[in-house]
Amino acid sequence: MTAGSRILVVDDEKPIRRFLRTSLAAHGFEIYEAADGEEALLTAANTRPDLVILDLGLPDMDGIEVTRRLREWTQAPIIILSVREQENDKINALDAGADDYLTKPFGVGELTARIRVALRHAAPVENQPIFQKGELMVDQVRRLVTVKGIEVSLTPTEYDLLRLLIRHAGKVITHNHILRQVWGQAYEDQSHLVRVNISNLRHKIEADPTQPQFIVTEPGVGYRFRVDA
Amino acid sequence: MRRPDGRLFGICARSYNYCMTERDQSRGKLKLFLGYADGVGKTRAMLEAGRQRKLEGMDVIVTGIPSARQAEDEKLLSEFELIPLRRSRDESAVGDEIDLDAIRDRRPGLVLIDNLAHSNPPGARHPKRCQDVEELLDSGIHVYSTLNIQHLESLRDVVFQITGVRVEDTIPDSVFDEASIIELVDLPPDELIKRFEEGKVLIQPSLAESAGKFYRPGNLIALRELSMRRAAGRIETQMIDYMADREIPGPWPASERLLVCLGAHSFDDQLVREGHRLARELNAGWMVLYVETPRTIRYSQARYDLMTSALRLAEELGARTVKITGNEAAETIMDFAVKHNVTKIIIGKPARTRWKEYFSGSLVNEIIRRSGKIGVLVLSGLNQSVTRNLGREGKPAGKAIRYLYAALVVILTTLLGLPLIGAIHPTNLVMLFLAAVMLSAAFLGRGPSLLASLLSILAFDFFYVHPQLSLDVSDTQYLITFFGLLAVSLVISNLAGMVRDQVVSLRDRETQTATLYSLSRELTVLVNLQAILDTIVQQTAETFSRESVVLLPTGRMPNEGDLAIMAASPNLTMDETDRAASQWAFEHGQPAGRGTNTLQSAGLRCQPLRSPRGMIGVLGVKPADPGAFLTPDQTRFLEAYASMASLAIERAILAEEASRAQIVNAKEKLQIALLNSISHDLRTPLATITGVLSSLYEAEQTDGAAVILDRADRLDLIETGWSESRRLNRLVGNLLDMTRVESGALNLHLRAADLQDLIGASLRRLDELHFDHPVETDLPPDLPPVMMDFVLIEQVLVNLLDNAGKYSPPGQPVEIGARRVGNEIEISISDRGEGIPVEDLDRVFEKFYRVHPLDGMKGTGLGLSICRGIIEAHGGTIRAENRPGGGAAIRFTLPIEENES
Repeated sequence: MTAGSRILVVDDEKPIRRFLRTSLAAHGFEIYEAADGEEALLTAANTRPDLVILDLGLPDMDGIEVTRRLREWTQAPIIILSVREQENDKINALDAGADDYLTKPFGVGELTARIRVALRHAAPVENQPIFQKGELMVDQVRRLVTVKGIEVSLTPTEYDLLRLLIRHAGKVITHNHILRQVWGQAYEDQSHLVRVNISNLRHKIEADPTQPQFIVTEPGVGYRFRVDA
Repeated sequence: MRRPDGRLFGICARSYNYCMTERDQSRGKLKLFLGYADGVGKTRAMLEAGRQRKLEGMDVIVTGIPSARQAEDEKLLSEFELIPLRRSRDESAVGDEIDLDAIRDRRPGLVLIDNLAHSNPPGARHPKRCQDVEELLDSGIHVYSTLNIQHLESLRDVVFQITGVRVEDTIPDSVFDEASIIELVDLPPDELIKRFEEGKVLIQPSLAESAGKFYRPGNLIALRELSMRRAAGRIETQMIDYMADREIPGPWPASERLLVCLGAHSFDDQLVREGHRLARELNAGWMVLYVETPRTIRYSQARYDLMTSALRLAEELGARTVKITGNEAAETIMDFAVKHNVTKIIIGKPARTRWKEYFSGSLVNEIIRRSGKIGVLVLSGLNQSVTRNLGREGKPAGKAIRYLYAALVVILTTLLGLPLIGAIHPTNLVMLFLAAVMLSAAFLGRGPSLLASLLSILAFDFFYVHPQLSLDVSDTQYLITFFGLLAVSLVISNLAGMVRDQVVSLRDRETQTATLYSLSRELTVLVNLQAILDTIVQQTAETFSRESVVLLPTGRMPNEGDLAIMAASPNLTMDETDRAASQWAFEHGQPAGRGTNTLQSAGLRCQPLRSPRGMIGVLGVKPADPGAFLTPDQTRFLEAYASMASLAIERAILAEEASRAQIVNAKEKLQIALLNSISHDLRTPLATITGVLSSLYEAEQTDGAAVILDRADRLDLIETGWSESRRLNRLVGNLLDMTRVESGALNLHLRAADLQDLIGASLRRLDELHFDHPVETDLPPDLPPVMMDFVLIEQVLVNLLDNAGKYSPPGQPVEIGARRVGNEIEISISDRGEGIPVEDLDRVFEKFYRVHPLDGMKGTGLGLSICRGIIEAHGGTIRAENRPGGGAAIRFTLPIEENES
């Protein structure tokens, strides 16, 4: 599924576009390029890419705006490229509909792994009733969670939280997104709710909550259900 | 002393207490041991009470005990720590001033200080010990002290009447009123007299001579009663306060309002004391009024000073003092009284002859006539001899000459009229003399005009009335003419005199107003703090004909910091005492130094500058002639002046603070932008290099299983990474250069170099950077070699060319030119890009400046500022300009030195 996918690379730096084109083409992707936001929107409309790699610092408009405008008509996964100083922009872009992010500089291996996860999720896999990862099994029909075959009792909130995470397994989910999905719009700035419930959830499903295997923290951004790409 | 304002009528005692409780938190408490004479045992009672506190664990120290006393109470005193008295300022001997700074540094819980009414030696910080105590209380230290009843200011006259002894050391009643606790120390007079006769009583030096006169049963009984009444009065006040505080309804006395009218007489202060006593007894509020009329303006300075000191006394006793101007005293007083709901007027009756009273009218009678429902209390002076000693009211200078002028005017008029005799009826000639009288009244004053009118009558009679050249009058009709002339002259001269006086007073006032206005106008247009301070100093010096100085706290924050001279008249010097006075004025918010009650020995009068935020500084004035004081009028004027200056200074300081905050803000923004820019510029090549390497690594690792990189791809990746690492190197080099330029660590290796050579080397460097614009050079053949650091100037050229290339459309040429201008070589690099916005021509050499920062143009914004650093280090200049026909040019110069050949 992933090989042959069309990827749009949006970055104003020519060298970055150049090495991404070469490296990603080597993985069998078909690459389109854009140097600014306007061009990105235009190219995306013309080529209908399966995935967009988007630099946050574009000369004409910021990446958040590009994300928002892309989301108006396409669900293609968007992976954000940022530098560390753009922490807030990154979260805003994720909240605006971006799927994942990478901080510059990054290795190509990491990027291709993210691309694969994102593309896999773009396929409709949600209606699989049983989710299995390592010793963790979630039966979404019976709302049953087991670790090493032993049933774990979760509160309804914890269960919703876990289900949200595995539905987006491999992708980063921001605090705000979790709050909106699990608790509702009104709870948007109560991120301590998330912290407490994640902590409880980890105690119930992780072997060692301080070194989580399933739910990892993305500092300052949110959480990610880890999948090994 | 310092009593809260806003207490007008009726609520005196109550609001007082309110203020007390508010201040109680931080302020120390004063307990007074009150006795009716020396020898009743006040000091001992105070020491005993102190010992009690000490046993309870309080930190108690003792000071101010006279040495004679120390022997007597040795045993009791040995239990306390004694703070020695302060060395007097000339360091020659131990004075008897308590050592305020030592006590404040020691910070005890309680200080026992003997004899509150003591007067300090000249040169002390405060003239009176009770002011020292006030300062201690202000700094939160509790004080016990002793006091004899006769030292209370308001009882001074009463005590004089009882004992015939005039007490010099008095304390304001407010100190007594503010004391938290009064303890009456009593001893029956018989026993006191016995002790006195046995020589057991220590008499204060000031009373030593009259001691025998003082210690008599009659005196002592009266004084004892006085002290008991006063102490009882305190208790009553406390009870009323207590009831008021708890809103206990009670039969409150109808509020009386007293008005004391001063007359610039020697017994003005007596009037004030009497007013104070009455106000206390009636539990009434009181005001003290002085009305300035055309008549009073002619009063001598001595009388004026009497009135001023009485007003000051009134303020100390807690009255509201008012000085107003009016045409007619009685009318003005009654207007004021009615407007302020006064119930009783207290006025003094000066001793004058019946004659004088008959002619000039009596103010007292006039007031009584007009008083209506208001009660009038007339007091007569105690010692009027003083009034006579004051002499005649001030005669304007050159008075004799004015009389001479008056005589001359009459003589001239007479001569003028002589040719007219016979032509005009003599009665009409009277008009000429009337004109003469009027002229002298208008220009020469009252006295000369009276002389003129008398002389006119005589001259008229002598020269014009039949028989001429004789004072005889043949026709009795002329007697009517004489009387008419006399009456009209008198009225005219009086009226004109009054107008004259009023004009003089108006002119004075107008000058003051105009000065204030001009100061305010000058200050309003100024924004710069230093300019404002200089103006204040200059104007103050001119207005008061004194040297002046403005001191502000070094940190500029109100109420804190040490004062520093910010602006001063050219010749002004400040000695140690001046500094102490200014610091005191600043810390206490009250005037200090010359002509005040604090540090009078200073040459400088220090007026605190106050703003709503607190004390912002001190304005000092110093007379050129060390003996000159400010007159009371000038003092008030100085206060107005200072308040206006304060406003202007405050405004400038606030503006300065705001602009400083703005600069800090802009700097922070710049710093953030710079960090972001550097971070972006460093990370982008790094990201590419990391990506390239990771991609190659991955391909090697999987050995082409999943990732297919053919040779061309690999070469492409490596090329990309390599060029990015060069870019990174250049950026780091730029940053290092910038650091070197900024830290001044640029070491020039000057050598004569050929420009041709330089340009060639630069172009080779450019090739490495993939410079894709044609370069056109235009060099005259005869250019001399130039002394330069070849490597650095090459760097400049590369930066400038690179820059020109970046802003040029692809394929457009970049031009290099050079020419000799005087002793310099000018090199220019021009492009055909879009040019530089005119307003930015000077800014392009600033760090991190980029034309259109958002257009994606790459660069650190450091290149040009490095160029400037290098060129300036060579002693050259660099500037940017727009070319006619489009594009920008950067021109820089390098000096041609003589020794290059």
